[in-house]
Order: sequence, then C-alpha cells, then structure tokens
Amino acid sequence: MNSFSLLSEAINNRIVMKIHLKIWRQKNQNTKGQLETYTLDDVDAEMSFLEMLDMLNLKLAKQGERPVEFDHDCREGICGQCGVMINGIAHGPLKNTTTCQLHMRSFKDGDTIFVEPFKAKAFPVIRDLKVNRSALDEIIAAGGYISVSTGQAPEANSILVSHEEAESAFDSAACIGCGACVATCKNASAALFTSSKISQLAKLPQGKKESNKRTVDMVNRMEDLGFGHCTNTEACQVECPQDISVLNIAQMNYEYNKAKLVK
Amino acid sequence: MAKEIHATIPEGDLKDKWSNYKAHAKLVSPNNRKKLEVIVVGTGLAGASAAASLAEMGYKIKSFCFQDSPRRAHSVAAQGGVNAMKNYQNDGDSVYRMFYDTLKGGDFRSREANTYRLAECSASLIDQAVAQGVPFGREYSGYLKNRSFGGVQVSRTFYARGQTGQQLLLGAYQALMRQKEQGNVQLYTRHEMLDLVIIDGKAKGIIARNLDTGEIERHGAHAVILATGGFGKIYYLSTLAMGCNASAIWRAYKKGALMANPSWTQVHPTSLPQSGPYQSKLTLMSESLRNDGRIWVPKSKEEQRLPGEIPEEERDYYLERKYPSFGNLAPRDIASRAAKEQIDAGKGVGALKNAVYLDFSDAIKEYGQELIAERYGNLFTMYQKITGIDAYKEPMKISPSAHFSMGGLWVDYDLMTSIPGLFAIGEANFSDHGANRLGANSLLQACVDGYYIAPYTLQNYLADQIQVKKTDVNHPAFTEAEEKVQKQLHHFINQKGTKTAEEFHRELGKILYDKCGLSRSEDGLKIAISQIQNLREDFKTNLLVPGDVEDINSELEKAGRVSDYLELSELMCIDALNRNESCGAHFREEFQTEDGEAKRDDKDFAYSAAWEWSGEVSSPILNKEVLKFEFVQPTQRSYK
Ligand SMILES: Cc1cc2nc3c(=O)[nH]c(=O)nc-3n(C[C@H](O)[C@H](O)[C@H](O)COP(=O)(O)OP(=O)(O)OC[C@H]3O[C@@H](n4cnc5c(N)ncnc54)[C@H](O)[C@@H]3O)c2cc1C
Ligand code: SF4
Ligand code: FES
Repeated sequence: MNSFSLLSEAINNRIVMKIHLKIWRQKNQNTKGQLETYTLDDVDAEMSFLEMLDMLNLKLAKQGERPVEFDHDCREGICGQCGVMINGIAHGPLKNTTTCQLHMRSFKDGDTIFVEPFKAKAFPVIRDLKVNRSALDEIIAAGGYISVSTGQAPEANSILVSHEEAESAFDSAACIGCGACVATCKNASAALFTSSKISQLAKLPQGKKESNKRTVDMVNRMEDLGFGHCTNTEACQVECPQDISVLNIAQMNYEYNKAKLVK
Repeated sequence: MAKEIHATIPEGDLKDKWSNYKAHAKLVSPNNRKKLEVIVVGTGLAGASAAASLAEMGYKIKSFCFQDSPRRAHSVAAQGGVNAMKNYQNDGDSVYRMFYDTLKGGDFRSREANTYRLAECSASLIDQAVAQGVPFGREYSGYLKNRSFGGVQVSRTFYARGQTGQQLLLGAYQALMRQKEQGNVQLYTRHEMLDLVIIDGKAKGIIARNLDTGEIERHGAHAVILATGGFGKIYYLSTLAMGCNASAIWRAYKKGALMANPSWTQVHPTSLPQSGPYQSKLTLMSESLRNDGRIWVPKSKEEQRLPGEIPEEERDYYLERKYPSFGNLAPRDIASRAAKEQIDAGKGVGALKNAVYLDFSDAIKEYGQELIAERYGNLFTMYQKITGIDAYKEPMKISPSAHFSMGGLWVDYDLMTSIPGLFAIGEANFSDHGANRLGANSLLQACVDGYYIAPYTLQNYLADQIQVKKTDVNHPAFTEAEEKVQKQLHHFINQKGTKTAEEFHRELGKILYDKCGLSRSEDGLKIAISQIQNLREDFKTNLLVPGDVEDINSELEKAGRVSDYLELSELMCIDALNRNESCGAHFREEFQTEDGEAKRDDKDFAYSAAWEWSGEVSSPILNKEVLKFEFVQPTQRSYK
C-alpha cells in the first residue's frame, strides 16, 4: 500500500527548484492570446510536468485567478490527449516522450520554461493550452479502417500474418493521435499521422483489399481539412512520442501513386 | 428486510442459455431500425463496440465521451492482453474451463450464466479484432501467439505488444468512425453526462454538459446505454485516467438504478509506487511482467544494501514461498494482499519503503536481454521514463494500487439495469467478475458486452418501442433534470470556499485506501463513514471553484465528479460493512482463515448486494440477488 506516513520524510530529501513559467493564455479562438509570467518556488524534481502545472493551478485558484486550461487524461503516455509546446518543442525536450511523461528532473533550478499550445490552422485554440484536434478524427473517418462489420469476421487463424508483417504493422499502429507531428511541422502537415494508419492497414493482408480507396480518401480529406503539404523535413518523427517512422510517409506516397495509376 | 431480486436468466443447460436467448429474442426489421435512436455514453471498448455494432445494424446512435476524441477512452491504457478461448496452444483450454477459472477467480461471487456467456463469446472477439487489423503478436509461421496471465494455468491471452487496449480500442474506434462517416452515428466529444432522464418509468435521455462551452444540453432517445468505465479513481491515486468518474452511474443510481457490490475494488499488485505528496496518479506496469519477473523483499527490515548486493538466502520470494503452485502468477487480490503484508511488516523497499522488488535478472540470464526486450521492451522504457531507472540492470519497484471496479450498476442477464431502457455495459456494470477479476478478462468483457450482447438484448427491448415516438426533449422530465443540474453547478461556483475539489479528493482517497482498501474492518469502516460524512459537509460550504458555469471550466468538472465520489464512497463503506465475510478482493480482517486467507461465508453471503437509492445517501436499501450455483459447486479458493 502506498504509505502516507513516510511522505514527510521524502519531503525532506527532495530536490526543490524555482521555475519561471511563460504560459500562453488565450480566452478563445476569436481573441488574441499572450504569454503570462508565473513563478513557482517549490517545484520537486520528481514531479511530472503536468503535476507542476497542477501546482500552478492550485496556486492560481487560491488566489482567485483562473487556472490554466490544458488537456490530459491518462498521464501515462498512451491516450494522446496531452501535448503542449515546451520551449518551442512539441512535448518538450525528451525524445519519444509525451508531455505527461516528462518530469521536472529534465529542468534546472532557475529555468524559464515557455509553454504554448500546439499551433496549426487545423487545430483552433479552445482556451489557453487546449486546442481542437478533431480534424484528426475526420481523417480516420474518411477511411482509416477495414470495412468489416461485427459478425462478418472469419476464424482468426485463417488470416495468416507473418511475424515481421505483424511487428511492422504494429510499429505504424502505435500512433497515439496526439498531433505533435502537425504542431512541429512548418507546413502543419498531418502526413505522419495519416500515413501511419494507411501503412498499418496496407501492411496487413486483411487491409490490402481497400488500400487504394482508403489512401485516396484519407489524403484528400487531409487536404480538405486545411493541413499543409509534406515537404520531407522529417521534423515530425523527431518529436513523435511513438517514434513513428517517416518511412510511413513514403509508403503513403507509394500507395497514393499506385491508386492513381489504377484509376 | 432486504428484498430479493432476480436476473431473468434463460432456462436450459449452461451451454444452451445464450443460444436459447438469441433464438427467442425479439427482432426489429431493418426498415424500422433507422427510426430508433440510442444514446451510448462512453466510447471505450464497451461503448465504441456497442455504438458501432448497433449503427451497422441500422440504428441511429448518439455517442458521448468526455475526452476530445473517442479513441482516448481509458481502455487505451490496458497493456497486458485480452483473454479468449481458442485453445490454440492445445493446453487443455475449453469454454467450460475459462468459465470455471473466471468464476473461481471471482471467488464464486458472480452469476454462472453471465460468466459462461463471457467465455462462450470470447473466441469471436479475436476473429473480429483480427479482421479489423489489430496487430496481435504472431509466431514466425504467421499464427497468433498467446501468453499466460495471473490466476490460470493455460495460455489464453492474446496481446499486441504492451498496447493491447490501445490496439483493440483503435479497432472499435475506427468501426465507430466508419459509421459516423455513413451518417449513422452522431459524435459528442468533450461532453459529460450529468443526469439521466426518465419518462413513464423508462430511460429516455440524458442531460449533458458541453465541456468546451459550458452549455447544458438535452438529448432524447429510445434507450440509453451507459458504458462509462470504472471508478477506481475514487481512491485518488489509482491506475485510472484523471477524468475517470462515477458520475453517470451514480446519477443513474439516484434515479433508481440499483448499484451492486460497489466496494469490490481490485487493487493491482504491479503499479509504480507513490513517489511524493504531489503525485496525481499511479502508473500500472502490466501484470504480464509477472510471467518472467520474480517478486521479493529483503528478509530483514533493517536492510540497507542495494538489491543486487543482497544474497539469495537473504531474500524472501514470498509469493513463491506461500503459493508454490502459482508462485508469482497468483491472482491479483492475493498478490496485492501479500505485498501489503510485507510492506506493513516494514520490509518494503524504496525511499518510502512502500514497494516490493520485481526482478528480471534470472529471466535475463535464462533467455537473454533481447528476448525480454521483445516481450516487455515498451514497459521497460516506460519504467525508465517515469523513474529514471534501467530495469534491465536493477529490479523494478512495484506497489499495489486501486485499479478496477468489480462493482457497478446492477444488470440482469440482458445487461439492463433495474430501469427499463437503461443498459450498462463494460466496467460500468457489475456482472461477470464476481469479487475479483482475472487479468485480461475485462477488455474481453467490455468487448463482448458491446459487440455481442448489447446488440441482441437492446434489440429485444427496442422491438417494443417501434410504435413509440421520438422522445420530446421539452417534456417536463427534461426540464426538471436540467434545472437540478444547473442548480448544482451554480452551488459549486457560488460557495467561494477555500478548498479545491482536488484537495477534497485527495483526502477522500486517503480515507478509502486506509479503511476500505486491501483490508477492511468493522471499526475502520465505521470511522471511514463518519470521516466521509464530515468531508461531505465541508464540501457543501467550503468548496473553491474559480470561473463560471457557462464557460470552459476544468475545476467545475472536477467538482461534479468529486461530489459524486463523496457520496458513492459512503455506499462503498456501507457495502463493505454489510458483508460479514471475506471474498476475493473484499478482505474483512474479522473473517480470515488461520493462515490469513479470505474466509467466505456461502451460507449467508452467496448473494450480490444491489443497493437502492432511498433519497438519503446514508440509508440505502439492500436488495439481494441470491447466487444459485446449479452447475458448479463453490470450493474454497486455493492457489497454494
Ligand atoms: C492501466 C490499466 C491497465 C489495464 N490493463 C488491462 C489488461 O491488460 N487486460 C484487461 O482485460 N483489462 C485491463 N484493464 C481494465 C480494462 O482496460 C477496463 O476495464 C476496460 O477497458 C473498460 O472499458 P470500458 O469501455 O468499460 O470503459 P472505458 O474505456 O474507461 O471508457 C469509458 C468511457 O466513458 C466515457 N465517460 C465516462 N464518464 C462519462 C460521463 N459522465 N459523461 C460522458 N462520458 C463519460 C469516457 O469518456 C470513456 O469514453 C486495465 C485497466 C487499466 C486502468
Ligand atoms: S504520428 Fe506521432 S506525433 Fe503524430 S499524432 Fe501520431 S503519435 Fe502523435
Ligand atoms: S495524458 Fe494521455 S498521453 Fe499524456
């Protein structure tokens, strides 16, 4: 059981830091936002980044000010709901790490940290650090699935998938839909996100049948939603918490060209 | 006097019940289905699979979740795997064995017929998920792989690396999005259900708050499905997501739905320990780690050495010692309690002495680091991200944490609550796991409920609703429910007290961990009840919620959730106090065997306690669903 009695002892042994924050505050999509400055004197190095924001919000609430709105849910790097720009980097300084998995031990006493929302034309700001990423759902709705209804499936082992195919499909399927790739891209392209789904399904025998239609529909939808074009800067993979490979984009382009040829 | 209730279980032999049901269930013709609307609250495995399946059949679905996308429901966090009876390993598995393992794992406190159906429908789920493109682990030959999981002796667990929940959920989510594209599903993300609307005794709609605008909305339908997940977050520190809540089921309870066995909470043995007072949640390390990791503590309380320096003979592999036949794979309730015993005895490890070691050094010696990395690589990476420690080099430190709600809304065989037209599926209901859930059975339950059961049983209900007109959201029942919701939200804001909802929640969590957690006693529970009552009184006048009602306001969302937790927690304690026996995860100190194991009382407590709202939080009415064991004789559960 997580014991509470020893907590005070831990408090005595901890590393405490002073942190300055410059946080983007914006009332809604239609108003202008600006950076506000806050200082926390009592940040524990073992805290997660979001726990540090909780601490700030507690302080703001007690002072009668509005807490900073930010998105989060699982706090274990899997739901994709969290995500902010930290010192200009999507999800912060650590490679392959979501905002919620970043800990304050990655910062130093006295640091100033800039915290801003994921900015992209297709991600309008809702409030402060919260943005609307429903465009990503729209891309999936355009074709990011195998069209099989409940009850139609054949016996599972009648579809053989080699170990390599399954592992490779999994690598693509690991995307958590956080949108960091879009926020990081100078063109605000959703190519990494979209291609990861297209390649996952194209790599599997059961997904190949629909690949042409799926690819064209998803790519067209992505463009209609206001995402930019991919110019192969590869910045997306660098900041992707799941390390989704840009090779997925190459596969998407291949599938797209193939589909166009068939037509 | 407690009333007795019944679950409308179909006649016939165990193995024929579900086919008999399906053979006789009422149907709705395809052209009538589009006239019938169904609200599905929740987009986890249960909600998304039900919504997608019903939409595919032609019903009109409104789907709600509080996250910004349906794909983020907490099913996403499940790592370890999903059970299914395929017997691909030819190791003696069968539907009956799976049923029996589940029933026994639940310490004979679940309904035979439901548990059997879970096992019976399990194989189809794997077929469906594979067809959707879920990348399960494969052998080099291309066939599906399995692993074993706690509490059983066969390998029936399917997995997609350490992301089984995420991958299964993406399958269901994608099916849902396909139906949205076809116009059969309307999505309401960032919406929170705040009340259930009942008209003429039937569930007809919900009141929801749009979390982006603060607007209160009315939604009508011919039936409502709650698939709102578990409420383990009531303990504050848990493996659940920050937004997980009991609000939907609790408000349904206050409208007359029965709440069953609410105190049965699974405390998971392999979560990461708390590291400080600021901590907001605990991260689970998949139980699959227990396949290769060995759990131990130093024999001496005074131990100061690093784990690697402690010689074998000074270590206590307590699970292997106490439960030789199951060892490190003993079921969760047993493994958690055993860990608590060691920690309480002062043998815990780590700075707070609140953990035990999970050691991979033997496995790495035997199989090599590469194979261990292939099996658990992402879990080791996750561990390193959170703790900064490399678990290939030194043992992990793990600790028990609140995890899964076996209790929930009482449902009958149709998964319908005691309110006609209100269904509860997935973790939100109480049905299949008894007093302890077996690992990898709950992804299964959520999926089976949503893909294979609700579509039939809901249709059976809807067949009688074809003549019923679209629900009018201007009906006085909607107005009344909306006004009540508005009043409560304004009350939260207007108090302008000194304590935030989060602060109340932390206090509540501590009370529950101490007195209604792994171990409970009459005295402790009575104290807890009075502490919770005091906390609730304070919450009525001293709550601090900044901001406005008609606006985006995370603090206000929390206040609503904590308000419900402060009531449900008392019911949990009442439930635990009522049950003068130990079973599964419910361990009453007064009722244990000589060697400290749970002591069941089948004569007096072979029932599910289904509590009924009386109008007062502190005086619920007890209903009993007596558990009849027609096909299996309950035995003393032993994993020795
Ligand atoms: C960390 C972790 C690991 C796990 N690992 C495993 C495993 O390996 N194997 C296994 O079998 N099980 C596992 N489980 C258990 C299993 O994941 C869950 O029991 C199961 O996924 C629950 O699914 P669900 O659909 O019932 O609920 P959830 O997936 O929790 O979905 C709940 C949905 O309801 C919505 N919701 C809730 N309240 C409201 C409201 N008031 N208004 C509107 N919407 C609302 C949410 O937005 C969400 O969409 C694990 C659980 C956890 C926490
Ligand atoms: S590709 Fe990576 S960065 Fe982009 S949404 Fe997926 S997980 Fe996030
Ligand atoms: S909160 Fe879920 S990924 Fe960060």
